[in-house]
Amino acid sequence: MAQYKMHLLVCAGTGCRASQSDEIIVNLKEEIKKQGLESDAQVVATGCFGFCEKGPIVKILPDNTFYTQVKPEDCAEIISEHVLKGRRVNRLLYEDPETLKHIEDSKHMGFYQKQLRISLRNCGFIDPENIDEYIARDGYAAIGKILTEMTQSEAIDEIKKSGLRGRGGGGFPTGLKWEIASKNKADQKYVVCNADEGDPGAFMDRSILEGDPHSIIEAMAICGYCIGASKGLVYIRAEYPLAIKRLQIAIEQAREYGLLGEAILGTDFAFDIELKFGAGAFVCGEETALIHSMEGHRGEPTVKPPFPAEKGYLGKPTNVNNVETFASVPAIFLKGASWFASIGTEKSKGTKVFALAGKINNVGLIEVPMGITLREVIFEIGGGIKNGKKFKAVQTGGPSGGCLTEKHLDTPIDFDNLLAAGSMMGSGGMIVMDEDDCMVSVAKFYLEFTVEESCGKCAPCRIGNKRLHEILEKICAGKGTEDDLTYLGNLSLVIKDTSLCGLGQTSPNPVLSTLEHFHDEYLSHVRERVCVAGMCKALKLYTIISDKCTGCTACIRACPVNAITGEKRQPHVIDVDKCIRCGACYDKCKFTAIHVQ
Amino acid sequence: MNKIKSLDDLRKMKQSLEHGMNIREKSNSPESLVQIRVAMATCGIAAGARTIMNTLIEKIEKEKIPAVVTQGGCMGYCYAEPTLEVRVPGKDPVVFGNVDTQVAIDILDKYVLNGELLDGIIPTNYLTINEQK
Repeated sequence: MAQYKMHLLVCAGTGCRASQSDEIIVNLKEEIKKQGLESDAQVVATGCFGFCEKGPIVKILPDNTFYTQVKPEDCAEIISEHVLKGRRVNRLLYEDPETLKHIEDSKHMGFYQKQLRISLRNCGFIDPENIDEYIARDGYAAIGKILTEMTQSEAIDEIKKSGLRGRGGGGFPTGLKWEIASKNKADQKYVVCNADEGDPGAFMDRSILEGDPHSIIEAMAICGYCIGASKGLVYIRAEYPLAIKRLQIAIEQAREYGLLGEAILGTDFAFDIELKFGAGAFVCGEETALIHSMEGHRGEPTVKPPFPAEKGYLGKPTNVNNVETFASVPAIFLKGASWFASIGTEKSKGTKVFALAGKINNVGLIEVPMGITLREVIFEIGGGIKNGKKFKAVQTGGPSGGCLTEKHLDTPIDFDNLLAAGSMMGSGGMIVMDEDDCMVSVAKFYLEFTVEESCGKCAPCRIGNKRLHEILEKICAGKGTEDDLTYLGNLSLVIKDTSLCGLGQTSPNPVLSTLEHFHDEYLSHVRERVCVAGMCKALKLYTIISDKCTGCTACIRACPVNAITGEKRQPHVIDVDKCIRCGACYDKCKFTAIHVQ
Repeated sequence: MNKIKSLDDLRKMKQSLEHGMNIREKSNSPESLVQIRVAMATCGIAAGARTIMNTLIEKIEKEKIPAVVTQGGCMGYCYAEPTLEVRVPGKDPVVFGNVDTQVAIDILDKYVLNGELLDGIIPTNYLTINEQK
């Protein structure tokens, strides 16, 4: 590789590409050529930096300058000012939302200071389409070490010692899973990577595949060696075209280098990987449903046991792990199990990637050590709540998780603490809500999702969730009763107890946790017919304050259902029965004469 | 592309490749490295700062000196260009003026590696905007 003085890393993940990062890369390269700096500066298209809120990101090394929201037309200035003359382009620097000061480099950004990147170690650092950069960072050294120095059981022991648990949601110990699969005898076994990321708002698997596909290939090969499988399959949803493309390029490059195929690194170990595309069904994240979908059947779960480790893909022993779990594997072998086990809490080791979303200043992808508190994540890394509003709740674990409140802010985050608090780790989605969010509506939103995504095989999930959703709709429409609340709770428990797979067993969690932590809000919906957050339209009551009304008739003209009557220059009146609570009059009134309750 | 046939092959390949990634690896932990900032404004470039910078980078790479070279703007010492600011971890930054290729090499050998001071230091009597509280 040539020696450059400066590396310009440009995010080429799905998020930043949507805001023209492709064009930025082209422009930067052209400008460098134009100014004769080809031997000085290199432009690298990398994976996601995680700071998606302010994309597209251009990071300049070695000084770690972090430019945000760069536009293609800014490229000339970046090159002529920063690269040529060493002057930072201040207007593109990140502005701290509290102090309103420009922060020069990423090392001083609150967003990065508390992070520890293991699974994301190469994301936003290497060119994912260039295997050489991965090798330069010790890529494929872990599989090399294992093939030449370790037996299968030694390698499995290493994973067991590290305490790694499945990052897809369940948190099952990975080493144990591998051990079970390795002990089952068969002529063919399979390693499956579950890249069917389906939680609303979660995008860590996509980012890893887009930013560091080789780490997944290497980890799958390691797993193949440990359990005695020569075939790997990645089940990835077709709606991730960029991740698929990068993974395909990476597999091709690994084959050319002989890192996939026969006789890997001169040993007698053979391994190859094939992609299987999913149609983007949430239930296919469940491992039995995933396997059925790969076999060409309907994506429906089946009863466990038999577990996939015993009878999985095509009836053969199969080990299924999530993308993020695989991404930590090479690092564990390179740095040692004890290093990994030294990070995190007693029963949850290592780090976890979270996708921060919702009413938070720094939306993006972060990786933090287990045991960090929600407060640190939301207020220090996340930069607090948008527009200075008050924090209300955070939903972890997506549609299978629950809402945590102010009183949980100082709980250390790990698998067990989140479960104890009535939520779960899930795949790591974290949706932050402020005072304007109605918790009944939030529960309704998630139920809408599960009702859509339920495969319909078992009755509790198919019918039960539908009923839950109906009751929530009824409450939001202002027609709920207190009996409905009891019914909601009971039905939720029945669905949890009787559903076939993880989808139904966890789908009532958003209802249960909001019922527990925000019982008052439910009560005010059914008793006083009031939505405190003002989100439930049907519970809003629009009236005209006659003292303030000048009789300008603006609202009369704006009302789509002719619910407002009155003479010119006389106070108008809203007919509550006709009113559809659209708020058009409220927006039109120049004299703040419309009162909303 | 040649196949990688053994772990040794892979290691050799890594060694030949890591060179190109050095700048990136170093920028991951700038606090622990000696930071050398070359003033690269118009006056600096005219006085030969680009050559100095290349010399520094080549030597640092070749001898694996734990230092990272960055560019800075004009420091105001136009009479003494090319200028370098050297920031050894835990010490105050030192600015050297009238640097030529030989002085640049001496700075690395003597000051950076052995802590000996050299002639040509410009006394600092200013705060940069970053240091102002």
